Amino acid sequence: MVFYLFCAMFALAAAGYMIGRKRAVDLSTYGSLTLHSRPGYHGAYVALWAGLPSFLFVILWLLFQGSVVDGFLLASLSEARTSGLDSSQIDLLLSEIKAVSAGQIFGEPDKEVLAAAERYASWQGIARWSMVACALALLLFGATVARSRIAPQFRARHGVEKILDGVMIFCSLVAIFTTLGIVASLLFEAFRFFERVPVTEFFFGTRWEPQIAIREDQVAGAGSFGAIPVFAGTLLIAFIAMVVAVPVGLLSAVYLAEYATSRFRSVVKPILEILAGIPTVVYGFFAVLIVAPAVRGFGVNIGVDIAPNSALVAGAVMGVMIIPFVSSFSDDALNAVPQSMREGSFGLGATKSETVLQVLLPAALPGIMGGILLAVSRAIGETMIVVMAAGLIARMTANPLEGVTTVTVQIVTLLIGDTEFDSPKTLAAFALGLVLFVVTLCLNVVALRIVQKYREKYE
Amino acid sequence: MSDLPAINQSVTVDWSSEKAQRRVRRRYGAERRLKWFGLGAIAMALLLLGVLVTSLISVGYTAFVQTHITLPVFIDAAKINPDDPFKGKYRPMVNDAFVNMLSGIDSKADRRLAAKMLSRGASLMLRNSVVDDPAQMGKTVTFTFPMADPIDQLHKGVTPRDVPEDQRRVSDKEIAWYDQLVARGAISKPIAWSLIFSADSRFPELAGLAGAIMGSFYALLVCFLISFPMGIAAAVYLEEFAPKNKWTDIIEVNINNLAAVPSVVFGLLGLAVFLQVFGLPRSAPLVGGLTLSLMTLPTIIIATRASLKAVPPSIREAALGVGASKHQVIMHHVLPLAMPGILTGTIIGLAQALGETAPLLLIGMNAFITSTSGGIVDPATALPTQIFIWADSPERGFVAKTSAAILVLLGFLVTMNAIAIYLRRRFERKW
Repeated sequence: MVFYLFCAMFALAAAGYMIGRKRAVDLSTYGSLTLHSRPGYHGAYVALWAGLPSFLFVILWLLFQGSVVDGFLLASLSEARTSGLDSSQIDLLLSEIKAVSAGQIFGEPDKEVLAAAERYASWQGIARWSMVACALALLLFGATVARSRIAPQFRARHGVEKILDGVMIFCSLVAIFTTLGIVASLLFEAFRFFERVPVTEFFFGTRWEPQIAIREDQVAGAGSFGAIPVFAGTLLIAFIAMVVAVPVGLLSAVYLAEYATSRFRSVVKPILEILAGIPTVVYGFFAVLIVAPAVRGFGVNIGVDIAPNSALVAGAVMGVMIIPFVSSFSDDALNAVPQSMREGSFGLGATKSETVLQVLLPAALPGIMGGILLAVSRAIGETMIVVMAAGLIARMTANPLEGVTTVTVQIVTLLIGDTEFDSPKTLAAFALGLVLFVVTLCLNVVALRIVQKYREKYE
Repeated sequence: MSDLPAINQSVTVDWSSEKAQRRVRRRYGAERRLKWFGLGAIAMALLLLGVLVTSLISVGYTAFVQTHITLPVFIDAAKINPDDPFKGKYRPMVNDAFVNMLSGIDSKADRRLAAKMLSRGASLMLRNSVVDDPAQMGKTVTFTFPMADPIDQLHKGVTPRDVPEDQRRVSDKEIAWYDQLVARGAISKPIAWSLIFSADSRFPELAGLAGAIMGSFYALLVCFLISFPMGIAAAVYLEEFAPKNKWTDIIEVNINNLAAVPSVVFGLLGLAVFLQVFGLPRSAPLVGGLTLSLMTLPTIIIATRASLKAVPPSIREAALGVGASKHQVIMHHVLPLAMPGILTGTIIGLAQALGETAPLLLIGMNAFITSTSGGIVDPATALPTQIFIWADSPERGFVAKTSAAILVLLGFLVTMNAIAIYLRRRFERKW
């Protein structure tokens, strides 16, 4: 339905283009007047005025139709049916009504639900057809007004270019909207979480047991949301990842930048980049299937008990994924060091390694640090590897052989499956998400600034 | 400065002395060490990549074939509802035919055990075949059915025979029956097209990727339709039109930061905004595509800006010189010249989006769905989330299936990147 509507609107806008163009051509030939803009621009002007407003209208309508109809539906239900229900029960009721109206009837729905389902179906129909009618009316109105403005002296090109400017400005603002959307949704849900759980408990508590009873009779703890062990686990795994990634990445960057022939470099560098292009879910499976049993077997051989979901495995595999980040940032940083510094060092009789260690690395240090900070932010935010290979139980430990959990693991496990937007369990995920976002944002801002400053220094 | 020797005072160093020689040797040793450390680091990274790929291939290749049995089945018309061939006792029919092929079945328990060697999908395949062609009723028709997962693993040699019976998933009896079937030549191992063309299932021998591939396709389609035009428009504005002021600076910083926001945060955004506020359907590729498009947008914007920058100013000046407006310069000349670079960036961005898992998990694209969904608002899974689901499944057969699914995903990624590289090589112009 919506698809056909879009097709029809597109076809009508194209027709508008033809009409506008023809009108402009007619004007110019009959009246022997010269047009200000080429006929195509007149056509485009009509098409844009016809298509754009109605397109935006349909999108907005579709976005808000669901919640508006739900609101009507709820208001139409009798007081007795809805009073005393919390929001999740209301959601359940609404989805039951929708299921009934779609023909999926389970058990015996009561009369009121049946009636509501009928109302829902009819409203859906009304909403849909009024959307189509309004969109087409808007389209025709826009086309008519735009066509009536066509005249030889009409500056259609300026009009079209202004509209395009508007569209482009809107598109570049989408990035801002996205950031605002992230911040607003995280803040809003996190605020609701902190209404239920005190901020101090979240940031300073040392017990993380988010399993709370959903039903009254369920056996579960009261739930405690002290996130310190989760943060500690995240830092431990990120640290292990960096222990793997920084030496390997840095050394390979040094070799690629200073020692390798250009042919070796052109072959090896893309292959290294493949490591960054492999989806993280693949690394997660690799960690579970190959690395964890191997590490565990090694532990048995030397008589150490290693947990199957140890921080070591998750961190090491994550480190492998991060190698290309460190190496390509370090490579860029080393290459940005001016040739004159190398030559100066060689001229004083230093060997290549002395030049690298005592001249190039100190000079490139800001760039390398920026890259490492970006890699740390990547490691903290990485999700799938830890979801598959790290543990679920929050433990306060610095022992890499035990299982720990991370912020991202908790977000995913708290939100997978049925999410109920009222329980602190679900909202806790948003609080964790907020912390994750803020921390990675700070790391990124600092890192990007360092890298940029450093680049300017040698330009 | 007084402790330094004066410039004109010549210091004689005996370069051939033992001490000096040792110093030189030490310095050259350090030089070689650094070089070897560097090579070692690269070798280690490449080795890890090699281990990753080879282990996936060595585990996953078995899932590209599937053990089948060639089984003549007598389709007993008496067991089928003549008005509605959909209803009939197909399972006993298949089981009878299968058990009759075997000897040494004495008890009911044996019969049940033997029937389990055949895939649960066999009776459904028989039913579908009869529904398609009711003329088969009353005849004996030869079918090829998949075998159940334990037998499949046995046939592929994944399940070892020489371990005690209680440590493997097939009993001695089943192995004996299986050997009978092999001896009769009834067992074959054709290519498992079902891996690509069937939907998900709880039984590894029936599970396929069709639903996930369609889900990923729709999500990427939505992602492309949104992020490609929007990315180009934003990049053109920022690169060509925007005045240099505080606002454009903020936008720019914003885009760079968005590119580095963890993907799981985008999942939270999708969950809170698209599902909660706008009430879009859960598990739908539409929502997945919207979420992915927000992640892909920065990539496309950055790539587009880079390739716009690469178009030399002389092109712009020439077009402006013959009277084109700024818009015309960009639409008619700069954008077409920058297009190969933009397309390359877009394909790379889409390839990233194809491998993205975490945001799709949060918006529910990890549902168990046994049909290939038809549209962008029907519940579906995507390739990476399907891998995640299968990796979590306990059946032995899913280990190979997961690796095979990963190989399929990597195949798509390699293809997309190869297209991107081809485009770059073919159309890139050095000015």
